[in-house]
Amino acid sequence: MESPKGKKSTSIKLFNWFESRLGLAKPLTEAAQHPTPERSASWWYVFGSAATVLLMLQVVTGILLALVYSPSAGEAWSSLQFLNHNVTLGWFLRAMHGWGSDFMIAIVLIHLVQVFLFGAYKFPRELTWIIGVFLLLLTLGMAFTGQVLRFDQDAYWGLGIGASIVSRIPLAGGPMVHLLLGGPIVGGTTLTRFFALHVFIIPGTLLVLVGLHIWMVLRLGINEWPMPGRIVSKASYVQEYHEATHKDGIPFVPDAAWKDAVFAAAILLSVMACAALLGPIGPTGQPDPTIIQTAPKPDFAFLWLYAVLAYLPPELETPFLFLAPIVVIGGMLLLPLVAGEGEKHWSRRPVAVVMVAVIAVTLGAFTRLGTYTPWSPLMNAWSGDPIPTRYLSGRSPLEREGALVLQNKQCRNCHALGGEGGMRGPALDNIAARMTEDQMIRQVLQGGGNMPAYGKALSPEETRALVSFLMTLRGKDLSPAQDYSRQLTGTSAATQPAVENGARVQ
Amino acid sequence: MSTSPEQGIPTQADEFKESAAITAAKAAKHSRRAFLFKLSLALNGAVGAVVAVPILGYLLGPALKKNASYNSWVSLGSISEFPEGETRLVDYRNPTTTVTDGMTGNAACWVRHIEGKQFQVFAINCAHLGCPVRWFPQSRLFLCPCHGGAYYEDGSRASGPPERGLFEYNYTVAGNHLLIEAGSLPTLSTEACNRKKPLIQIEPHAPEGVVAEDARSARSS
Repeated sequence: MESPKGKKSTSIKLFNWFESRLGLAKPLTEAAQHPTPERSASWWYVFGSAATVLLMLQVVTGILLALVYSPSAGEAWSSLQFLNHNVTLGWFLRAMHGWGSDFMIAIVLIHLVQVFLFGAYKFPRELTWIIGVFLLLLTLGMAFTGQVLRFDQDAYWGLGIGASIVSRIPLAGGPMVHLLLGGPIVGGTTLTRFFALHVFIIPGTLLVLVGLHIWMVLRLGINEWPMPGRIVSKASYVQEYHEATHKDGIPFVPDAAWKDAVFAAAILLSVMACAALLGPIGPTGQPDPTIIQTAPKPDFAFLWLYAVLAYLPPELETPFLFLAPIVVIGGMLLLPLVAGEGEKHWSRRPVAVVMVAVIAVTLGAFTRLGTYTPWSPLMNAWSGDPIPTRYLSGRSPLEREGALVLQNKQCRNCHALGGEGGMRGPALDNIAARMTEDQMIRQVLQGGGNMPAYGKALSPEETRALVSFLMTLRGKDLSPAQDYSRQLTGTSAATQPAVENGARVQ
Repeated sequence: MSTSPEQGIPTQADEFKESAAITAAKAAKHSRRAFLFKLSLALNGAVGAVVAVPILGYLLGPALKKNASYNSWVSLGSISEFPEGETRLVDYRNPTTTVTDGMTGNAACWVRHIEGKQFQVFAINCAHLGCPVRWFPQSRLFLCPCHGGAYYEDGSRASGPPERGLFEYNYTVAGNHLLIEAGSLPTLSTEACNRKKPLIQIEPHAPEGVVAEDARSARSS
């Protein structure tokens, strides 16, 4: 029997056998123990490592899903149902992968903001930032292609939206659409090429760039805690950093790394909690283009874009779609080259702080709007949302007939009454306080201001009934809108009866 | 260069430079091998270019094909299935489907029977970003659920973000059957329709003054 000492010497021998061939122990130990500025061992510096850990989670869960997923347009949707319902813990793996991607985007964005506000992109870490910009784009690319692999209704129509955007490219639009789709329609070859992007091309590039990113962090050192007035200068920074980290630096492992490890564990647990409590994301309806009863919507990360595309004036859309990414990405890439020196501390960089605040509020507001899409007509409001009874009681037969017209002609799809209905057009609860009868007739028949003209869809009788009903809607007894030019010319007779009607019932 | 501050960062750069210099000096003594090495690089470059041809051809294949070449005539059924004056949703199988397309190879279009042999066949894809538009016969409008694009019954733009009317398929009436020329997803640059046929010409007998007349009669009543 071997003594413990003998066992130990055997394991050392084994280690040495490998180490003499691999030669990794020394560089790995050096990398792990590289000196870190003491104040940088902070909870603010944990987001980069958390993003890496999430990437690993995505790789592992992604490979596990690939064991079952079928990247064929005819079977993908069913294979996800199979994963959700028939494969042991398939639903949980799908949920972890889905929520993991949401967490990864969030953590990558927080990491980006932290690096920006701490001036960490400045000399000599410009290239680290530039590669980081590409990592952000690749992460968003993973989110989009992953949403396509879900291959449900949202994915199908999302691809249609992608094709429509690409089709706006001047001159080369048509070939580019076919290149994107891998053929003339959204179909089998579309799914397989997005599968190749999601599973091979983007993750491969992502892993290589993450490797370079981390390599540069180790090589150039972790950014020191910024101090107001401590100016970055290319002439002296490297020496100053070197001296500071060697004077009062601490080894990354274990002195700083424990915070990264704790945070990463907390994030992984959060992903698991979301997965367990909220379940897998989709799939929604089948990707059958003949089922048109659908209102496709992108995933959370792209809701802001959905909102922007709804609010842009039509003639600005194409220029925006192709110029904005160039400006934004170009700006991010050039940032460290233009502002590579100077102050790092946020209190001395008010423009940077305001920029972050404005961009965050803008994206947040657009995302919020994207969650309830006030610009979308509610396709079932005309048949599903009844007119509040208080708007019908005491009305004349003609006015009630008008209420029926309002309902039957799908007005409610865009106009709310009593808080129910579409929000594309203004709510009509107090329309008579804002528009005169003549203005209403003109607006209904000729449209304008984002409203279609109903001249061909309404008979004169229907128009008369509709407008007489609308004239009774004056909110909380507001005074009716009046055309003062009529009083001047003494021809107010036309508006008079309707006003009386309104006053009677409100 | 050695005084540059960037030089302060790398520790291996100097070593690398040194060893590179030694290698270069050694190579200089063996100019034939150095020449052969350069030649081998050129050879690999040339082979790489040759290999790239089929790879690029394979990758760009879908883009090299003309859009019209995807299209062929598809029957939507007998004319009698489309009552005059109505607009109906018709499903058909895309003529260019592959074995893996599954249900995505299905397609749908809106058929408007104007009168006699006069039709309009619209793509369901909104001209804005391609979402499926729905027809509302009561208000005689097509509405898009995504960003609220609206079109009149003749497909012309009514309101919202689209910059133009609905996409139209070429159609023909062969015997008793309605056929459309379909095959590729209709987008701004891959329309199924040839552009020679202006939208206004489709309905030459449409009373142009309807809007104004209605406005007048509604007010006078």
